[in-house]
Amino acid sequence: MSATVADMHDSHDHHGPVHTGIKRWLFATNHKDIGTLYLVFALVMLFVGGLMALIIRAELFQPGLQFVDPDFFNQMTTMHALIMVFGMIMPAFAGFANWMIPMMIGAPDMALPRLNNWSFWLLPFAATLLVSTLFMPGGAPASGWTLYPPLVLQTGDAFPFAIFAIHLLGISSIMAAINIIVTILNLRTPSMSLLQMPMFVWSWLITAYLLILVMPVLAGGVTMLLMDQFFGTSFFEAAGGGDPVLFQHIFWFFGHPEVYIIILPAFGIISHVIPAFSRKPLFGHNAMVYATACIAFLSCVVWAHHMFTVGMPLAGQMFFMFATMLIAIPTGVKIFNWTATMWQGALTFETPMLFAIAFLFLFTIGGFTGVMMAMVPLDFQYHDSYFIVAHFHYVLVPGALFGAIAGCYFWLPKWTGHMYDERLGKIHFWLTTIFVNLTFFPQHFVGLAGMPRRIPDYAVQFTNFNMMSSIGAFGFGFSQLLLVYVIYKCVKGGAKATAEVWDNPEGLEWTVPSPAPYHTFEVPPVYTPRYGATH
Amino acid sequence: MNDKPAARENSRLLIKLVGLALGMFAFGFLLVPIYDVFCDITGLGGKFDLEAAVVETRVPVDDRIITVEFVASLNEYAPWEFHPAVASMEVRPGQMYDTTFYAKNLTDRELVGQAVPSIAPGQAVRFFQKTECFCFTSQKFTAQEGRDMPLQFVVDPELPEYIDRLTLSYTFFATNQVAQN
Ligand code: HEM
Ligand SMILES: [Cu+2]
Repeated sequence: MSATVADMHDSHDHHGPVHTGIKRWLFATNHKDIGTLYLVFALVMLFVGGLMALIIRAELFQPGLQFVDPDFFNQMTTMHALIMVFGMIMPAFAGFANWMIPMMIGAPDMALPRLNNWSFWLLPFAATLLVSTLFMPGGAPASGWTLYPPLVLQTGDAFPFAIFAIHLLGISSIMAAINIIVTILNLRTPSMSLLQMPMFVWSWLITAYLLILVMPVLAGGVTMLLMDQFFGTSFFEAAGGGDPVLFQHIFWFFGHPEVYIIILPAFGIISHVIPAFSRKPLFGHNAMVYATACIAFLSCVVWAHHMFTVGMPLAGQMFFMFATMLIAIPTGVKIFNWTATMWQGALTFETPMLFAIAFLFLFTIGGFTGVMMAMVPLDFQYHDSYFIVAHFHYVLVPGALFGAIAGCYFWLPKWTGHMYDERLGKIHFWLTTIFVNLTFFPQHFVGLAGMPRRIPDYAVQFTNFNMMSSIGAFGFGFSQLLLVYVIYKCVKGGAKATAEVWDNPEGLEWTVPSPAPYHTFEVPPVYTPRYGATH
Repeated sequence: MNDKPAARENSRLLIKLVGLALGMFAFGFLLVPIYDVFCDITGLGGKFDLEAAVVETRVPVDDRIITVEFVASLNEYAPWEFHPAVASMEVRPGQMYDTTFYAKNLTDRELVGQAVPSIAPGQAVRFFQKTECFCFTSQKFTAQEGRDMPLQFVVDPELPEYIDRLTLSYTFFATNQVAQN
């Protein structure tokens, strides 16, 4: 093994949780416990958000109004997106960060364990508050997750509660981001230089900075909404000299970096999975680091590509168009490097690798449609159509979510000490991949043909594609029950996993036994990168 | 990790990062004036200053005719009748023109109205100068009162060549109603 962790402090091995039972989780400060909490929470929210998606797809199975009234339909699109973004995918990656970052950088725990507890425990309350808005007079916000005024100001009694839930979710992720930065910068084993850090750690370091930069801006924006509604200000109220378009600028100043906050940790996970199953070092590690930083920087100056149709002057359209297209370059570098990592590798196709390869293909489809929409004249057609729905679901589901699922299969043996059921894992992969495409690919066609998003009814000629989409969505949703079963089975038992789990993968996390002991790296390990020359 | 210097280093970095987060929160609010100033300087967004323009008289340009269209709009449930006296005018840049908009309070209460102007294309905002406009101040209407409200404007001869049609639109709001909800 490259890294020496000879002194695993056998004498300390009996150190387990201080508390037992429910208290272990309520008062959790151990990074592994908190990581588990985040991951379980995310999995639960995947089904809550998924249920809402299925209500949407059930309604869209046929034209006309079948099951829900239009206002409730729009509450579903709003809540589905908010829950999936803030309640599912971001907590999932925070869970990975908690579990893996300390183990990857040879740190004993997160730097601020009590803050860590707080970051997590805000989430269930915030999510409950958000979901409870559905049961308030007037229902949940129905404006879409973008919360544009003046529409969002027509929300009933739930309005301040929804805004407060968003504040809480934002505070939680800012605290998590701060903790991650302090951990990476201060607790890294001294023998690991910044550039030697594994890609997942790099991705999260950059993501955490992005979070601290843009999350507070969203908090400011929604606070202004609150003030317009209750304190008579006119930030977005034209009658008082304000401008609703300003909200769009504020929202997307947060919103575009946010989509990279979601995808960068997935990039990080993929950068571990592909080398492990190609039995080769990651091609161009440093180039990957620079590309990630470059993506993060560019993501802060492209926000108005979401607003081409508000009536921007030509110069603005040109700037945002070219800046957006520029992002495709560092993204292309990453795709190229993953592919080059596989080139002439000794590939095997275990479940994590299957998800990683599917990620590579399907995320790229989403990237291509992104570049299409970046072109102003074309975007006038695509904007607010199902084409966009197809675009962002390709980058979010087979993109970000597949990254998370790949990571889950990849590290499950390290977490539980057991191998998961490979046969079921593969079945889960094929069902998921087939259904995800069945769900979202037809949406490109109906979008191009003019079907608008966020409308519960549609013209009859779109029926067939919508039926395919709905069947795919139900198939996808039920396939995820298999994921739950595979995880459950793996926690309960299975073949014993070795410390390395896979075929000699690189990284400090593989030098500790499986399951990882409650306390790891209480003494900083000596890190010697295996592929020194390429770093 | 429990030794003092490490803990101090952690809290130092923690404070910096919290400061950054608070700074960005403030920056969110700073975006409001930045946006206004930016729109003002560049004339993007077609937003007007709500002040009378001071215009030195210029020689009207004879060989150029610009169509100015007037649009009056109301948001849902606005208790007004509101329309321009004429739908459009052919104007020569440099020459002063007068027209009016008519508004009527349809309620049995007193209402204070405020017209919010906007122009398309947005680049024209600097070249459309209003020397007098009912939008500069709020307009008080007694119950069922209706009246013509004046507008006086000049189109600057510097208006870019490629623009030959301007749309001036007003949305009329009841401001005492805005304050209520
Ligand atoms: C090459 C990379 C990408 C480009 C050029 C790109 C471009 C765009 C553009 C131009 C839009 C706005 C379309 C419109 O509203 O008319 C858009 C929407 C969107 N994109 Fe991307 N995108 C890229 C990657 C991503 C990634 C990686 C994610 C997330 C993981 C993402 C998530 C979204 C979402 C959620 C929306 C819709 C937001 C909404 O209106 O609700 N995109 N993209
Ligand atoms: Cu974007």
